[in-house]
Amino acid sequence: MKAASFDYIRATSLDHALSALAESEDAIILAGGQTLVPMMAMRLARPATLIDLNEISELAGITNRDGYLSIGTMTRQAAALASTEVNAQTPLLAKALSFVGHTQTRNRGTVGGSIAHGDPSAEIPLAAIALNAEIGLASRTGTRTVTARDFYTGPLSSVRRTDECLTEIRFPIWSGTVGVGFQEISPRHGDFAIVAVAAQLEFGADKVCRRASIAVGGASANPVHAAEVEAALVGKRIDPRLANEVSRAVDPILSPTDDLHATAAYRRRVARVLTERAILEAAA
Amino acid sequence: MSMIKLTVNGVARSASAEPRMSLLDFLRENLGLNATHMGCEHGVCGACSVILDGAPVRSCLLFAVQADGHAITTAEGLRKDDGTPGVIMDSFMEAHGLQCGYCTPGMMIAAHALLEQTTSPSDDEIHEAIGGNLCRCTGYAQIVEAIRLAGRRMKDAS
Ligand SMILES: Cc1cc2nc3c(=O)[nH]c(=O)nc-3n(C[C@@H](O)[C@H](O)[C@H](O)COP(=O)(O)OP(=O)(O)OC[C@H]3O[C@@H](n4cnc5c(N)ncnc54)[C@H](O)[C@@H]3O)c2cc1C
Ligand code: FES
Ligand code: FES
Repeated sequence: MKAASFDYIRATSLDHALSALAESEDAIILAGGQTLVPMMAMRLARPATLIDLNEISELAGITNRDGYLSIGTMTRQAAALASTEVNAQTPLLAKALSFVGHTQTRNRGTVGGSIAHGDPSAEIPLAAIALNAEIGLASRTGTRTVTARDFYTGPLSSVRRTDECLTEIRFPIWSGTVGVGFQEISPRHGDFAIVAVAAQLEFGADKVCRRASIAVGGASANPVHAAEVEAALVGKRIDPRLANEVSRAVDPILSPTDDLHATAAYRRRVARVLTERAILEAAA
Repeated sequence: MSMIKLTVNGVARSASAEPRMSLLDFLRENLGLNATHMGCEHGVCGACSVILDGAPVRSCLLFAVQADGHAITTAEGLRKDDGTPGVIMDSFMEAHGLQCGYCTPGMMIAAHALLEQTTSPSDDEIHEAIGGNLCRCTGYAQIVEAIRLAGRRMKDAS
């Protein structure tokens, strides 16, 4: 269980990292290492070169700008979870983070690393897809922004080119009265989800739902955004009956598979129930 | 091979290592500090926990080269200056917080990080702090009791 040999580059700035990425054959970015290093230990990954982003302070930090909370890619999951700004402005992300691993993995694991990796069951990509966060990418030839809903192309794969580095994730800030729900089934707390559902709702003074964002993780190749459920909630007052009824609309958008942890049928069933619960949690 | 200079338990240390060497192997083999235990070597058990710049992390998921210039605390650092058990170690013995002892260094590091924040943690806070550390012997209840006891002793001493 030891990693194979590699060349190590301790990047000192984003420019340094981007040049190294463009110039080295088979180079991989090392962020928190909480996924990549286990993969290297198991020899599932054997990069020739590792470009370590951990000493680049410009890539970490949380700023409130232009209606978005911008989270630097190297922001530790622990720092984001402890941030009063994240809690106040993007409560869905705050809630999702509390399900990600353990204190020790959150102290190293980064927000951007989880987004870049794109595990179908991971909570941070789920929150990003629910809120349609914007993902900032940079390469030596320029920068671009991709929305979370357009970012993934399958499990552990995305539109990111190999010469690109994530720089920040911008989560939209909702105004008004906002409620959030995050429901997850996992073998133990801190494990990856079998299925998880994230819901963020905005209410008017009359308690009528004015805006809804809902996504389901762990039941498809990537988390999926439940547009039909959202549409069925807007303009209504939420009660248990409505939540039960509208949650059925998640079924057609799921494409679960059987694996070691659960059958596809179980995932479907749980996805519906968790959607109902997440809506009620957000409305409570 | 690169020369790695870091501070371990308050002492400046240096040794050379290949980039692929984990901090865990580096501590045990190159620095001769074998209190930090090697369990799974892929991030799931917590036996290898150390404190990096004030925060508990898994030393099997950090390459030693990454720790260059940083400060580490290992379970050796939880002893008193005269080498006798510190309050956390002593509380683990007192409360039967260990059986085989394999998970114990990692548990004590997790406990240390928690008790730096508060000496009277709630049970939920203790569960959260050791949530990433597996114990195959004790059933955890005595570990939770040991951490509570250590917190009380620290509070009484201050
Ligand atoms: C015991 C344990 C429990 C865990 N539980 C959970 C859990 O419940 N939920 C969960 O979601 N995760 C969980 N994880 C994984 C989580 O901790 C990782 O932090 C996360 O998946 C990856 O983030 P990282 O910063 O560690 O990235 P790394 O492991 O360093 O990198 C992951 C991948 O992303 C790429 N990458 C990273 N940053 C960038 C960037 N800026 N630009 C381009 N590519 C980049 C890397 O090249 C690599 O391919 C767990 C891990 C462990 C060890
Ligand atoms: S040896 Fe590091 S977590 Fe198991
Ligand atoms: S005491 Fe044996 S594993 Fe914890």
